[in-house]
Amino acid sequence: MANLKTTDKKSKSQSMGMHSEVLTGRTQQKFFNPSEAESFYYFGTYDVDFNKRTDLDVKEMTAAEVNKEIDNLMSQGYGTIVIKNPQGKHSLGVGILNKLNLIFEGSLGYFGMGSCDGPTVRINGRVGWSCAENLMAGKVVIEKNAGSCFGAAIRGGDLICKGSVGARTGIDMKGGTIIVGGDAGAFTGFMMQRGRIIILGDVGINLGDSMYDGTIFIGGKIGSFGSDAIPADLTDSDQDWLKRKLKVAEIGEKFDVSKMTKIVAGKKLWNYDNLEPHEKKGAI
Amino acid sequence: MCGIAGLIYKDKSVNIGTQLQGMLQALKHRGEDSTGYALYGDTDGENFIMRFKVGENVGEGSSSVSEETSVYDERIKIVKSHILGMGAKIIKEERILPYSLRYEVSYDEKDLREFSRKIESVPGVEILSMGKSLEVIKDLGNAKDVCDRYNLDKIVGTHAIGHARMATESGVDIKSAHPFWGYPFSDVSVVHNGQLTNYWNNRRLLENEGMRFMSECDSELIAVYLAKKLRDGATLKEGMKASLTGLDGVFTYFVATKDSLGMAKDTMAAKPLVLYESDNLIAMGSEEIAIRAILPQEIDTYDPYDGEVKVWQI
Repeated sequence: MANLKTTDKKSKSQSMGMHSEVLTGRTQQKFFNPSEAESFYYFGTYDVDFNKRTDLDVKEMTAAEVNKEIDNLMSQGYGTIVIKNPQGKHSLGVGILNKLNLIFEGSLGYFGMGSCDGPTVRINGRVGWSCAENLMAGKVVIEKNAGSCFGAAIRGGDLICKGSVGARTGIDMKGGTIIVGGDAGAFTGFMMQRGRIIILGDVGINLGDSMYDGTIFIGGKIGSFGSDAIPADLTDSDQDWLKRKLKVAEIGEKFDVSKMTKIVAGKKLWNYDNLEPHEKKGAI
Repeated sequence: MCGIAGLIYKDKSVNIGTQLQGMLQALKHRGEDSTGYALYGDTDGENFIMRFKVGENVGEGSSSVSEETSVYDERIKIVKSHILGMGAKIIKEERILPYSLRYEVSYDEKDLREFSRKIESVPGVEILSMGKSLEVIKDLGNAKDVCDRYNLDKIVGTHAIGHARMATESGVDIKSAHPFWGYPFSDVSVVHNGQLTNYWNNRRLLENEGMRFMSECDSELIAVYLAKKLRDGATLKEGMKASLTGLDGVFTYFVATKDSLGMAKDTMAAKPLVLYESDNLIAMGSEEIAIRAILPQEIDTYDPYDGEVKVWQI
């Protein structure tokens, strides 16, 4: 890795892996330049004011209309949007690549808040299957229960459910943190590759089945361990991190984290490289 | 992908035909090859209600072969003679559609096996349901199509289960549509979302023990499997629990009897189910929007876990 203290800005950003590979796609091809403020935002995102707030009643709207209207409101600078009467509709709030305070007064159906990068979301109800799938960054808080595949394939951000969640929570997750205040179903952390899962309650069978990497912390009973998931020592730094994370998540602040079980991958199943490509280059 | 929905009121009767139609219509994106209702209506409990078909719906993308209406007429004549020949009496008869009929039958025998066998010995005839409360209505099209076609909005009762089907394993026809009657048990019906992978092995075993299959739809196995368990003396819940290991594959299914409604979810929890439970109403469906069709206000729902079996009584 280059000496970061002596390199110029462009080389420094490259050395930090911000565009160490030629990537394809709409946004990834934009070149990072710290001197250009707009480069910090995705193409098509907006500069919003969190103090500018509006309500949106979606009772008679389709999911596509709702998502389009959220985008329209962001383009007008609204930084806080309250969605009323979501009534379990599917695919609400998907694809938001913006800083935004989004509040749902009610429950969401399947695939709510999917493929988001940046928003802070509070859902005052429950969510169906695959909530916040592919979350890149931001924070999503669910006040009640969540369905299966909660936080599937997330890469970053905090996903918090204050109630219980279904099966396959954090399946294929590649980063970020999932925190559950209640119980979780079978196959929690199934094939997870990175990131952390915290379950304060019980979990079902096959916990961490075929996990490549990452860490799972369980506060309650474990139905059974999945293939290649093994218990590990809970360190002091783990406990410090758990306390901080739970405090930020506004759940389980008084939970005795010292009694949690830590689960990691035994790494017997796969010849898996847990480094991202740019980290691998740095290591070489 | 299919959608299932069910509801049970513990303390009152409502217009269950309309309510289930709303729930199933909300799930129509999960499949509208066919839609089926198992409605448990308010009756005097004196006579059996027999819903049966003498042919298939050959329109609307059906995989069935067209037949002359005169063939249906001939089959109906034979069915009537068989009913009378077994000492039963037809109290009321309705021909809802050329191929679909509803009879109220006075029949003293408790075992419906021989009765059903005789009726279904007529080629092309299938009893969709037989019970003192249960009526299974299934046909091609979405929930509203079927509800309108059969005037289901008039049926009042306590509980019901239904199914919106996307045909994957068998034909687009009424015989493969859900719900399936738990032959030969009066008032037992089943709907299923999922796929059973040990269908043929189980079917061969059950047929060797005298059980009856009318379609090649894997979901029918659940109804027959539970019927066999009941025949062997198990309770409904015991039969359902046994099905978690006896049936292989992924499934969420509902089963209803004259006074109860149950759900079971496979050990992988691979198929969706959202459940709302209050003191007097249980409503459940493949997606929350099904429940929202009858409860638009904010409610608390949850997903049952893997291997869970629940039964509610009126």
